Amino acid sequence: MREAVLVAVMAVVTILLRFLPFLAIRKETPPYIAYLGRVLPPAIIGMLVIYCLKDVNPAAAPFGLPELISTVCVIALQVWRRNSLVSILGGTIIYMVLVQRVF
Amino acid sequence: MNQQKNQQKNQQKNQQKNQQKNQQKNQQKNQQKNQQKNQQKNQQKNQQKNQQKNQQKNHQNTVKQAFFNTLPVMAGYVVLGMGFGILMRNAGYGVLWAFSMSLFIYAGSMQYVGVSLLSGGASVITTAVTTFMVNARHLFYSISMVDRYKDAGKGKPYMIFGLTDETYSLLCDGKTPEGSDPNLYRLLVTAFNQSYWVSGSVLGSLLGTVLPFSTEGIEFSMTALFIASFTGQWLTSDDHIPALTGLLSTLVCLVIFGPGRFLIPAMLLITLILTLLRGRKEAV
Repeated sequence: MREAVLVAVMAVVTILLRFLPFLAIRKETPPYIAYLGRVLPPAIIGMLVIYCLKDVNPAAAPFGLPELISTVCVIALQVWRRNSLVSILGGTIIYMVLVQRVF
Repeated sequence: MNQQKNQQKNQQKNQQKNQQKNQQKNQQKNQQKNQQKNQQKNQQKNQQKNQQKNQQKNHQNTVKQAFFNTLPVMAGYVVLGMGFGILMRNAGYGVLWAFSMSLFIYAGSMQYVGVSLLSGGASVITTAVTTFMVNARHLFYSISMVDRYKDAGKGKPYMIFGLTDETYSLLCDGKTPEGSDPNLYRLLVTAFNQSYWVSGSVLGSLLGTVLPFSTEGIEFSMTALFIASFTGQWLTSDDHIPALTGLLSTLVCLVIFGPGRFLIPAMLLITLILTLLRGRKEAV
């Protein structure tokens, strides 16, 4: 029972966080919010990239090399083919080979 | 007398001729009118049929596009969801718990934290505060989507509910594939992603650790998803200042606050810097 309450609390808080801006801004979007809507997405994607790589330790073996190599591969594939699915699959396969067989 | 007779005869003849002519004319006119009407009706019917066909094609196309574009998320979500299901199982919570958490909370990292909250006997207040801290970033996602989801139709509440990191990264540029219904596309991307997450959690809970091959490293698909969308965004925009702000602010906060709690400071710093930069000329 206590656990069910905790799950409900987690769900309600998460839902509130996602809905709050939509409930607070009902009519005209203020220019400041519209501005944030334009500039936040690329900034947040940048933040998420760092967030995913936060546990990489460049000071100890394998010095973050699998992540570095795979990241370069994803960027190169994206620049070359401009197809996210290709870049993501390619980068992930290379990373899996690197951590399972090489490092 | 003869003259009179002749006149009468001629009059009769002329009248008959005229009547016949008029009848023929009217018949022709009516026929033409009817033909035109029928043609118009048929054309309208055909147009309607074609529109319906096109809509169906459109929908099929939208479903296809949404499915293909969410494939990378499928890889990541099934694996991460399985990880969550296994963790729950090991903590003593069965498949129904894993299923309902993925259905009702639907927030990846929060659910991982949630396992330790549940098994560690956390209080309601601790749970609420922790959830707020871990998921505060969703405030920022929603703020930047208020405008884009303005006319999102009937599915809007669900689309807001399902705005996870990955769904956000697929939809935040506001672009939808050509020839697709934008709102249906967004709704499908949201729903496909959650279905992967829920399936993963259930699979993990049921299958546990018995997997025939090593999936070590497959979690990189999430990282790759964000790197690809960062690169794609970089290539299509001339204004790199927001992207650089996000990257560098987060790096600085990671160094200062450590990997455990740098996310909230990073978001505040990003918002602060971008707010201060608001006056500058935006390159398009």
